Amino acid sequence: MHELGIINGVLDASKKAAVDAGATKLVAVSLSYGEMTEVIEDALRFAFEALTEDDPFLKGATLNLNIIKPKSRCLDCGHEFEHDRFHVCCPQCESPMTQLLCGREMNIDSIEVETPEEGDNKANR
Amino acid sequence: MQIELKQPVLQKNDAMAQQLRELFAQHHVFVLDLLASPGSGKTSTILATIDALRDEFNIAVIEGDIAGSVDAKKIKDQGIPAVQINTGGACHLEADMIKRAVDVLDLKRLDLIIIENVGNLVCPTDFDLGENAKAMILSVPEGDDKPLKYPGVFQVSQAIILNKVDTMPVFNFDEEAFNASIKQLNPTASVFRIAATNGFGVEAWADWLREKIHAIQ
Repeated sequence: MHELGIINGVLDASKKAAVDAGATKLVAVSLSYGEMTEVIEDALRFAFEALTEDDPFLKGATLNLNIIKPKSRCLDCGHEFEHDRFHVCCPQCESPMTQLLCGREMNIDSIEVETPEEGDNKANR
Repeated sequence: MQIELKQPVLQKNDAMAQQLRELFAQHHVFVLDLLASPGSGKTSTILATIDALRDEFNIAVIEGDIAGSVDAKKIKDQGIPAVQINTGGACHLEADMIKRAVDVLDLKRLDLIIIENVGNLVCPTDFDLGENAKAMILSVPEGDDKPLKYPGVFQVSQAIILNKVDTMPVFNFDEEAFNASIKQLNPTASVFRIAATNGFGVEAWADWLREKIHAIQ
């Protein structure tokens, strides 16, 4: 259950960026994470919901998740290939010497916020 | 309004881990992050490792547990400095916890720090603690299928210790299947068969660690 700690950090960073931009509300957070991490989608969503519901600035925000497929490069033959969590050997020359290019990252890509102007526009509609 | 952030989720942890890594390098201390399930024999393995290496290196241990200080006491009883971290419920250690533990250790006179992470095959995998290497222990009673259930921890570990091999006749452990899974998940990992409580195989594991320590000194 380290997802709770992860989302806590994500919301801290997101809120800070939103406040710095003069926003009045966080609307959405977009996260990317690789399939090789130990993160579980349901646990992320659950933690996000639990940690946003009591804060008026965060309440109702949505979590967008982009899951990244692992990709490696063979250090012997140079072949680049996508793979699942279990097969990291080169499918072309069977070499075990491969380098993971992506699949273990966890990034906050972007956030969507409501600014005072946007809030006014909505109120006038 | 959309704001691009493009920042790692664990940025705070990663920055602290990097700071620790530089600190360890500056003092030529090798740091091992040891991962395993509860009851796999982490503390016994650490005690056996201490036995094998204490004449050559100054060693300290950082014990991570949710509560209590049973493990730290076992290490201290051997005359080895040990710092207990209680995570208070958290399922893994983070870099800032290591920083607080390191602050009370005398890095100048140390060669090796072993971090006994919280017993868990999942969460500690994602956290950089500034270590030189992660290693893991799987014990025979846990079963040969664990690499297929918890692939992450087997992939981030440079060394995989199979502990309690003396119990193999009692448990239905398919070592061939286990080795085949490791070969698939982490073909370059070093695998050591040990029985920590009677010392079987510990020398080969200690040799691996000795070489790593020498390499950074």
